[in-house]
Amino acid sequence: MHPALSVIVFTTLSGFGYGLAASLGLFQPDPSLLAVKFGHVLAFLAIAGGLLSSTLHLGNPQRAWRAFSQWRSSWLSREGVLAVLTFVPLTAQTGLAVLFDTTIGWLGFVVAVMAGLTVYATSMIYASLKTVNAWHNPITNTCYLLFAASGGLLAMAALSAFNGAQSTLIVLAIIALAATFIAKAIWFRALDNESGPSTPESATGLGFLGKVRLLERPHMGENYLTREMGFRVARKHARKLRLISYALGLVLPVLLLLLMGVSGMVFFGVVALLSHLAGVMTERWLFFAEAKHAVSVYYGAESA
Amino acid sequence: MTSLPTQVTGKKLGLVIDLDVCVGCHACAVICKEWNTGGYGAALSDQEPYGEDVTGAWLNRIHTFEVTPGDMIPGYGKKPKGQGMGEVIAQTDEARVVHFPKSCLHCDDAPCVTVCPTGASYKRGEDGIVLVDEDKCIGCGLCAWSCPYGAREMDQDAGVMKKCTLCVDRIYNEDIPEIDRQPACVRTCPANARHFGDLGDPNSDVSKLVEERGGIDLMPEQGTRPVNKYLPPRARQTLPSAEVPSAATIAETTDGAQGFMKWIDTALSKL
Ligand code: SF4
Ligand code: SF4
Ligand code: SF4
Repeated sequence: MHPALSVIVFTTLSGFGYGLAASLGLFQPDPSLLAVKFGHVLAFLAIAGGLLSSTLHLGNPQRAWRAFSQWRSSWLSREGVLAVLTFVPLTAQTGLAVLFDTTIGWLGFVVAVMAGLTVYATSMIYASLKTVNAWHNPITNTCYLLFAASGGLLAMAALSAFNGAQSTLIVLAIIALAATFIAKAIWFRALDNESGPSTPESATGLGFLGKVRLLERPHMGENYLTREMGFRVARKHARKLRLISYALGLVLPVLLLLLMGVSGMVFFGVVALLSHLAGVMTERWLFFAEAKHAVSVYYGAESA
Repeated sequence: MTSLPTQVTGKKLGLVIDLDVCVGCHACAVICKEWNTGGYGAALSDQEPYGEDVTGAWLNRIHTFEVTPGDMIPGYGKKPKGQGMGEVIAQTDEARVVHFPKSCLHCDDAPCVTVCPTGASYKRGEDGIVLVDEDKCIGCGLCAWSCPYGAREMDQDAGVMKKCTLCVDRIYNEDIPEIDRQPACVRTCPANARHFGDLGDPNSDVSKLVEERGGIDLMPEQGTRPVNKYLPPRARQTLPSAEVPSAATIAETTDGAQGFMKWIDTALSKL
């Protein structure tokens, strides 16, 4: 699948933003601290920026409001509706913290639940597609939720360092990062070991005659399908990129968090967060680039 | 409304494509492009139509497959130096070439309809045709992702999704002669490989054809329940070569001559 930058930025930023907003809502750090105020604003901007970016890949973004109408059947619509609904408690939480130095327990809880549901809906846009076997499983949802949670906790931990690092938050962030690592490893394993159910034989119905092989494409150049669904990343690069995404997204942040805990230096926390976001972007790029669409069996693939 | 229709008439208009007959001429794809660029919705735009990398939206595409019975000799599908990907090195049996036109199959369980966030993509209850209301389409592309057959292509100019309409602007069109009230591809196919009708009615011509020839669903494992059916190639018949008279024998014999020729033959034979 074609890794569109706008969609990568959207899922990375909004996932992180929701994770941070949920963490702030659940842990209710003292909003009179400047670092905490900054955290609230950061979460809000990451979510808003991510959602804005998602409209960039639309052919007719001026009609985007229509996407709120089909929540009965469409996960993309549900995601849009949930994102808008989440803005209500989110704006309240951010406003109260920034302007009035206040937090409300139940409001934070509502933000956390709504944020979780929104991230789940985002992941279902992909996980519900039967045509992309690598996405069509519950580990996809688990990964999206865990990436959001670990990003949020990591940012919380880093922010706490401004006022003396809190070991509980550091430990929680490390646990979340480790869990994300494991879930993603399982996801990659499934991707490597299973192919989708479709083959040129099933796609043409000609399997009863023998082995089916594409002889001629319908067109000489590229088309929408080959550009959008036929994107392929060389296996050897995919391996390297996986290592990079693990290293930047999960391993390095754990080490830096530990360093931050020991030294109390905020710097390590900030670098940990930036490294994590770069790692997640790489992971998202691969999420698309490595996924194979069923239609590729009409264009020469042996299964998908 | 992008939930699948709950009130249906049982009518399922669709195509039956005969893979035994199709000669891969692409005429159906060309007429499809021609009709639909001036018909329903935005024109089917091309990008760089006169440049080197010409691309554009088409609603019907003709693939060509090769089917090889029997075993391949080792090395099949590998890429030897200097050869293209998947090139066959050798095979133990005779291969056959099957031309394969592909367009929207107007699925009963159309995933492209239910994933659409705007209600632009819909399936009609009255005849089962799957359409895109281009005024509502935001061009998110999710419906194309959800279609396993690659039947939807985004128009790069208009930014809306295009797909086969089953020529909804022909089949009910009272302004054109009745004989033309069928999809353009069906009307134009020079080999008569394409048939149009109601696949929901077991007594329709198309349903009988499907029954008789063992029509197939593409990718049943994707659970889309396509309406369009494909008729598989018939079993190959080997010509009884021994019984065919050779050219020389034909030239020698006057058997079967009739009328004037027979009279000449008899007259000359008597000489
Ligand atoms: S063939 Fe594809 S576009 Fe057509 S109805 Fe089926 S899933 Fe939808
Ligand atoms: S591209 Fe258009 S028709 Fe397809 S899912 Fe998006 S809004 Fe619906
Ligand atoms: S016009 Fe008929 S014969 Fe030619 S490619 Fe289309 S279906 Fe096949």
